[in-house]
Amino acid sequence: MYVAVKGGERAIDNAHEWLAEERRGDPAVPELSVAQIREQMKLAVNRVMAEGSLYDPDLAALAIKQSRGDLIEAIFLIRAYRTTLPRIGHSEPVDTGAMICDRRVSATFKDAPGGQVLGPTFDYTHRLLDFKLAAEGETPRAQEVEAARKETPRITDFLNRDGLIQKETPSDETPPDMTRAPMEYPANRALRLQALTRGDEGFVLGMAYSTQRGYGRNHPFVGELRIGKVPVEMEIPELGFAVEIGEIDLTECETVNQFAGSKTEPPQFTRGYGLVFGQTERKAISMALVDRSLRWEELGEDNVGAPAQDEEFVLSHSDNIQATGFLEHIKLPHYVDFQSELELVRRMRAEAQASYKDAAE
Amino acid sequence: MTEDRPGIGTDAYNFAYLDEQTKRMIRRAILKGVAIPGYQVPFASREMPMPYGWGTGGVQVTAACLTPADRLKVIDQGADDTTNAVSIRKFFERTAGVETTEHTTEATVIQTRHRIPETPMTDDQILVYQVPIPEPLRFLEPRETETRKMHGLEEYGLMHVKLYEDIARHGEIATAYAYPVKVEGRYVMDPSPIPKFDNPRLESPALQLFGAGREQRIYAVPPYSKVMSLDFEDHPFNPSKADHPCALCGAENTYLDEVIMDDAGGRMFVCSDTDYCATRQAEGHRGAQSAPFTEAAE
Repeated sequence: MYVAVKGGERAIDNAHEWLAEERRGDPAVPELSVAQIREQMKLAVNRVMAEGSLYDPDLAALAIKQSRGDLIEAIFLIRAYRTTLPRIGHSEPVDTGAMICDRRVSATFKDAPGGQVLGPTFDYTHRLLDFKLAAEGETPRAQEVEAARKETPRITDFLNRDGLIQKETPSDETPPDMTRAPMEYPANRALRLQALTRGDEGFVLGMAYSTQRGYGRNHPFVGELRIGKVPVEMEIPELGFAVEIGEIDLTECETVNQFAGSKTEPPQFTRGYGLVFGQTERKAISMALVDRSLRWEELGEDNVGAPAQDEEFVLSHSDNIQATGFLEHIKLPHYVDFQSELELVRRMRAEAQASYKDAAE
Repeated sequence: MTEDRPGIGTDAYNFAYLDEQTKRMIRRAILKGVAIPGYQVPFASREMPMPYGWGTGGVQVTAACLTPADRLKVIDQGADDTTNAVSIRKFFERTAGVETTEHTTEATVIQTRHRIPETPMTDDQILVYQVPIPEPLRFLEPRETETRKMHGLEEYGLMHVKLYEDIARHGEIATAYAYPVKVEGRYVMDPSPIPKFDNPRLESPALQLFGAGREQRIYAVPPYSKVMSLDFEDHPFNPSKADHPCALCGAENTYLDEVIMDDAGGRMFVCSDTDYCATRQAEGHRGAQSAPFTEAAE
């Protein structure tokens, strides 16, 4: 088959070669391994898994290497790979109550059963550059103690016992799948949460922050933030029961929000919920705030016109792969459209100038 | 690259990249679109290995339409050799192994961005458009929930008011591309950002399919459908173009690109449809600046 080689084709090939060389950088510096990225750039790996909607630390690390550390590009690689995978079934809902927690803090109680466990957090580090790291010395191992207990009870369950917090009605309804069905508005909460957990961290953070600064204020407290491992179980049709197929790291955040009550409900606390792959607490907390904000209608609150209350606005703009694609596509050739605008503007200017002239005469 | 034809089973990817389930889903959306001309059918658009905005909707529609016997042409801005057209053509060479062509008359499927080929199309061809914003009412009403309602109720007053205001302010309708049309007297449709010069050719014997990947919509203009560009009786639709002949092939009736030639702002006008222009030149047509017969032609 004959395909004419044109300038465009050669330019693309050359650009790709140059890109590969730039990705590698100075060959005198040892190459990064995927395992190094997976182990030492773990929070980047977590973000790529969360927003790529695929739990696979090795592939996420590979994507980061391939994308030269551009995380949105890495997320895109993962999404494009994920979409080709066959869908063989779905897991049972994970039980985050049974999470083996690395970290678990509550801002609403001084202490609670299960304790406050800081875990590996930046929270109380002083942000001083550690020049020792530049010397690449070995890090001493942290102290270890036996885990106090296996399961950690949920803080919101304590509040729930007293009826102080709004109850979530359990449902066996199959949640919609935004990767297999087009987005429809209004979206139910399951769909909103799906979109938020894969939404851009910066966007969700900005939306959440706007609610704190008064654009649809809803007074959040972090009732509980927990990070740890949960088993994933799947029912195998041939067996007729669920078996464990692996473990994943999750970050879960439940916020407790003030609620003055409505015509039908006495004053009580309400909840926002965030659940994200990996240790990704900024995202999980942001997600919980935005989730709560989007629940204004269900909870009988006023819509004050805040961006974070606007489901269509939030969900249509939270996906960074869609956003970056559409934004960056304007660098593609648009000269045909520009030409027609050019002619229109020339024509309109000529008419306008002619009419000024007429008026002057 | 073109030697190994990764058809079904010979590579990690299915014929034309998408799995058969996905193609079936897209074909159902296409059929629905054909049954309701101009209606935007929601479909579960997939992430493609090129970014949103690069033609993922068109690529999915093309992938769902292609058979191994097809011959594919891909154009961007009317040209076969623009980088994105090259990239998409390569993609289907790799993943479907179909034959490709630059000649409009030889192609069975043509994927396009921003143009309709100048050469009239036939009833055994499919034209696939890449669509950025499928909703013609979007810039008048940003909410999808509202615009769907407006289409449902055939409530297009807002659009007519916008066009009227244009005339009141500028003396003419200030939309030069993506000029809205009404299909079969029912749905107002965005013909994708083609220059309005191309609008009359939306009435065509070919099947025209429109794919918007990011916005998850597919729509269609079936062969021989009535497609009317919105206008007013006293301000009829005017498919304007640059008032020049093509400098290379001398064509008087084609859409032209304006090419800046030198630092002094010298410019020439050439056909945006590269195949049409090259074919005319091969037939001996000459424009004012075509080599080597520049002087002879004048």
